Amino acid sequence: MLKPFVAVLARDLLLAWRGRADVLVTLGFFVIVACLFPFGVGAEPNQLRAIAPGILWVAALLATLLSLHRLFGQDFADGTLEHLLLSPEPTVLWVLAKILAYWLTTSLPLVVAAPGLGMLFDMEQGGLMVLCLSLALGTPILSLLGAVGAALTLGLRGGGMLLALLVLPLFVPVLIFGAGAVEAHLSGTGASAHLLLLSGGALGALVLGPWACAAALRVAAE
Amino acid sequence: MTMQSSRGFHLFHFAAPNTFYPLAGRLAPWFAGLAALLAALGLWLAFFVAPTDATQGEVYRVIFIHVPAAWMSMFVYLVMAFWSGMGIIFNTRLSALMARALAPTGAMFCFVALWTGALWGRPTWGAYWVWDARLTSQLLLLFLYFGYIALTEAIEDPRRGDRAGAILALVGAVNVPIIYFSVKWWNTLHQGASVSLTKAPSMAATMLWGMLIMALAAWAYTIAVALWRVRSLILERERHTDWVSAELDRQGARP
Repeated sequence: MLKPFVAVLARDLLLAWRGRADVLVTLGFFVIVACLFPFGVGAEPNQLRAIAPGILWVAALLATLLSLHRLFGQDFADGTLEHLLLSPEPTVLWVLAKILAYWLTTSLPLVVAAPGLGMLFDMEQGGLMVLCLSLALGTPILSLLGAVGAALTLGLRGGGMLLALLVLPLFVPVLIFGAGAVEAHLSGTGASAHLLLLSGGALGALVLGPWACAAALRVAAE
Repeated sequence: MTMQSSRGFHLFHFAAPNTFYPLAGRLAPWFAGLAALLAALGLWLAFFVAPTDATQGEVYRVIFIHVPAAWMSMFVYLVMAFWSGMGIIFNTRLSALMARALAPTGAMFCFVALWTGALWGRPTWGAYWVWDARLTSQLLLLFLYFGYIALTEAIEDPRRGDRAGAILALVGAVNVPIIYFSVKWWNTLHQGASVSLTKAPSMAATMLWGMLIMALAAWAYTIAVALWRVRSLILERERHTDWVSAELDRQGARP
């Protein structure tokens, strides 16, 4: 049962390693988008400190959105996806493996880089920890929901813009609780409620997301 | 629509496009007439009978359009999700067409609710738009409608479009309550409930009646428009079949 999961995971991680530039481009995008905001709103430290959690979360969300096409695009183009769908292994299993590989190669670097960016915005030490934690809990939801959108728009003309329209409204709750966790911590009310809700959302998405994604892939590959 | 279950002899009799097409044609004018009648009655109650509101003055009368539109926009999304689920479970072609036919009307009501809300908000709150929980979730609902319409229109293969749209509608329906409650919480964290819509004073009976009648008019309008739209969709989808050729010949629609 676990063998196809591990095999697909290892394959996708190896492919990501061979194409390291792609992963770094996503990380670079995240950093640059976050660095643009001070130019737009001014370099006043108090203001920057206040909007930092929101900025970093929006940047992480956009970085996820723009890299979602990598999840199935290549496999769809070269026919691997069709073979995987034809294989007797349960679709949900290898879909989950692909999403996990995607999260490890795309979102995990963002989680690791986020504290560094937080320092640019003069966030305090404890806030950085909570930011890291909220990103670690929230980005799996983004990956799982985004995978459904990526599967639905597979092979369509103008798929990128369409994907944004489909998934961004669904990302709003994650943004609210993710950025809210940091703000709650900084204002002294404690971030545990936000973080628990994010964990609950992640578990819910983990249960339902791969099914919807598998159904969408079957529709797309027909 | 719901007629298929009322016929005992065959549950799915009207699930076939060629039997539903004439039924929809017979029902739609009745619902359109009903909508016009109810709207006339409702608007008469709204503008001539209902008393002026003690605190808001005449501007409150926009609720006779605003509230039914907001109700309808949320309800239509649920109906869309219902037909999408039916389409996935029973693999009926008509279900997806029904969902597609409803989407533009839902988006329209959503837009009307936002627009009239802005017109009401300007004199009452002093701003066309505030990031109130209800307004924000209504806006996100509009985006969900746009996403559904854009996705189904972007896919050229009609069957793939139907199924992809069905999956999206169901994913959206699961997320709608989550979005609503998260936005509500986000809002209460940022600002007090200074602009709450829920503190409505107890309504005069005529106001309530006017609003309910307008809501029924919105229902009848939605059914009529959806039936007409689904008829065009059926003709377009089934244009290669014999019964559509016969139907077009009968209507004299072909040279």
